[in-house]
Amino acid sequence: MRYRLLLAGLSALVALLFAVSLLVGPAALGLTESLSALFRGQGEAVVLVMREIRLPRAILALMVGGVLGLSGAAMQGFLRNPLAEPGLVGVSSSAALGAVIALQTGIAASFTLALPLSALAGAALSVVLIVALAGPRGGALALILAGIAISALAGAGVALVLNLSPNPFAAAEIVFWMMGSLADRSMTHVALAVPFMLAGAALLLMLGRGLDALTLGEDAAESLGVRLGRLRMVVILGTALSVGAAVAVAGTVGFVGLVVPHILRPLVGARPSRLLPAAALGGAAMLLAADIAVRVIAPDRDLKLGVLTALVGAPFFLHLIWRMRRLEA
Amino acid sequence: MSVCAKVSKAVLVAAAGLWLAASAGLTDPAPRRVVSVNLCTDQLAMMLAAPGQLVSVSHLAADPQSSAMATEARAYAPNMGQAEQVFLMRPDLVLAGTFSARAGIDLLRRLGVRVIEIPPAATLDDIPGHLRIIGQALGRETQAESLAAEFEASLDQLKINAPPARAALYYPSGYTTGAGTLADAILRHTGFSNVAADLGLAGGGNLPLERLVMAGPDVVVTATPYPGASRAEEILVHPALKAVQSRAGSAEVTDADWICGTPHVLRAVRAMAEAREALGGPRLTQRQEIR
Amino acid sequence: MSLLSLSHLTVRRGCCPVVDDVTLTVSGGEFVGLIGPNGAGKTTLLRAAMGLLPHDGQSSLAALPARLRARAAAFLPQSREIAWPVSVEALVELGRVPHPGAGAEADRQAVDRALARMGLQGYRGRIATALSGGEQARVLIARTLAQETPLLLADEPVAGLDPESQIRAMQVFAALAAEGRAVVASIHDLGLAARHCTRLVMLARGRLVADGAPAVVLTPDNLAEVFGVRAYFAQTPDGPVFQPLGVIR
Repeated sequence: MRYRLLLAGLSALVALLFAVSLLVGPAALGLTESLSALFRGQGEAVVLVMREIRLPRAILALMVGGVLGLSGAAMQGFLRNPLAEPGLVGVSSSAALGAVIALQTGIAASFTLALPLSALAGAALSVVLIVALAGPRGGALALILAGIAISALAGAGVALVLNLSPNPFAAAEIVFWMMGSLADRSMTHVALAVPFMLAGAALLLMLGRGLDALTLGEDAAESLGVRLGRLRMVVILGTALSVGAAVAVAGTVGFVGLVVPHILRPLVGARPSRLLPAAALGGAAMLLAADIAVRVIAPDRDLKLGVLTALVGAPFFLHLIWRMRRLEA
Repeated sequence: MSVCAKVSKAVLVAAAGLWLAASAGLTDPAPRRVVSVNLCTDQLAMMLAAPGQLVSVSHLAADPQSSAMATEARAYAPNMGQAEQVFLMRPDLVLAGTFSARAGIDLLRRLGVRVIEIPPAATLDDIPGHLRIIGQALGRETQAESLAAEFEASLDQLKINAPPARAALYYPSGYTTGAGTLADAILRHTGFSNVAADLGLAGGGNLPLERLVMAGPDVVVTATPYPGASRAEEILVHPALKAVQSRAGSAEVTDADWICGTPHVLRAVRAMAEAREALGGPRLTQRQEIR
Repeated sequence: MSLLSLSHLTVRRGCCPVVDDVTLTVSGGEFVGLIGPNGAGKTTLLRAAMGLLPHDGQSSLAALPARLRARAAAFLPQSREIAWPVSVEALVELGRVPHPGAGAEADRQAVDRALARMGLQGYRGRIATALSGGEQARVLIARTLAQETPLLLADEPVAGLDPESQIRAMQVFAALAAEGRAVVASIHDLGLAARHCTRLVMLARGRLVADGAPAVVLTPDNLAEVFGVRAYFAQTPDGPVFQPLGVIR
């Protein structure tokens, strides 16, 4: 009952922030004007602004935030470690490396799905590495160390590829790939990324029972009928699909997958299955709010999303480490 | 040690050159080894210099994306503009832009090299003046005068006196140029008003796509994308921008002709004049039409 | 009725067998105590019997598909892991994972029965990770009870419990056996095993060395050879009493 109330409250918050996201922008549009343009297609230029500029941006904020929150919750549930997060453990930067390689080699231009597929491949590779290096018995230290190594390597790869690009603008975009932004995204990006994110999210949302059973450890989970090999595959594939597609269009936005599950866990009785949908909604709300904030703080400057999420997220991360230290001591 | 030796040798050679020139009885000797370190002075110098007089141009001069004279530039040694490299070319005149690397220019002056700096052209009327300054510096006043006169005559022919249509310049990352820029001058000369200037922008700056769409320009002038991909350039194929362009019925593209205040600007002016003529006679602005 | 049959079960770590050619059958009504010194292969035997380890030979449980196996046998691992601060009720409810079609009401009743058996009714809303180690162990046993399987395999279920809890847990297992179900539990406390188990299986270096009623297995010879101890063992009006007295080697 309390759980349904929480989900309803989060959904309402997401809906509200989605609406605000549609109403915030450098062009000052009236409320009725923008709504009638969005829904009834009245006013040619306003329709373009609402349907081709603000709507894709809001949809992407919703989806990218949703899959980041969800994949954070899923990875934490699978690794039984509250520090697992696609941004921190290098999954996002590996996806960025995949995307950048596809863009700079021209593969992305050769067929439509090359960009998300390449980002997906980068993400999948790093999830496989993380699961292998810091698997369920690996502990927090192994996870963080593996994450640092993978992030550093992928980040260096991104910088290298962009610096070698013949395009003078490319080198300046290292910041975008490291910090993420939704500025000037279009319906083309929505069409490219959203199907992958939906597929990944559907896979991750199926994990609930298995992750619940994993609360008791691997042996107990397996004895409860959970097929761990299959569970691992679904975690890897679901994370790669959703994070890969998200990064391909929005760059890497860190800390959403850390902060959101951390805040929501006590509210869902710490059950991984209940955390999954709640974290998806919470992630969507957090990214929508961050994307509104970057437009309010610096309307003309394309302030990066990752700047805001890190400002909120990094102190959480330190707090979490502090608490784990005290528990272990 | 070897650099010292080379430097002193260069000084010696330069001194010898001066002495030779003086002894030949010339009052204002034309420079014999001219090096240009700025894309725009490169092009002016290539148009005006006597054969053999210009030794080196900047490496950008050979880049077809930036230079209107990329083919011609291949005949000259390229330089990267650093003082050391330029000095070792033993120039008796260096042509630079006012935005060229300050430290390098100051160093060359301290080493006794004559440097002429040309500011970027902010209007079309600056161009004949720049031609004459460079012409005088190279001792090629006659050539400069005839080029300047030819330019002014062509420019007059391309002048369009019609009620201004609205044009927007739109570059990667939503960059645009407003009042006080050469591109703005090209627009005003050909019967356009610049949307960015109307919105209060002077010089360069960012114009969010939303505000461009709301401004509803009659013509959008965009840039040619570079090879390789960049997110900054993706805005040039954004569906909303495409919609504005297709409604305007015209998609003009800036290129190397737009960058420098040289007679090549005439090609850009001609293209915009044709675009203005294609729009037809006096018409309401797009903004009023769509409301 | 046979609930578990192992035939020539062998588990190798590298080349050396950790469980070596074990054959045994467990039927309904039996409470089997699996005894043996440290490193005898008790944990490995239980895990291999559940199909959690690659092995040679056959285990009737390991041969079942995962979903059916989870309804045939519950397993309590030695490591008492509770990864997240969930409530006691939610944790015990995990025993219902193998019964997706049972319905909310049946699940609730199974959880209630399990909590009642372990005397945990008052703990329902408590956070499992905040309980003491012994309390956590009882909650985890309750989870296996909620699974309501004919067979329960438990790896050291009573280690670390206070005497009252130990005896209560052993009585719960004995009661399950009396209902016609079966329990196989590895136990270090031979006194508890002797008093409550219907049958003991003694392992030494991976081999099954004795199998039968406590009095048949806990002979001075077996104790000396396998455990290196001598002990007092007698049938009293209070039931069998077993007390190790001293080491021999």
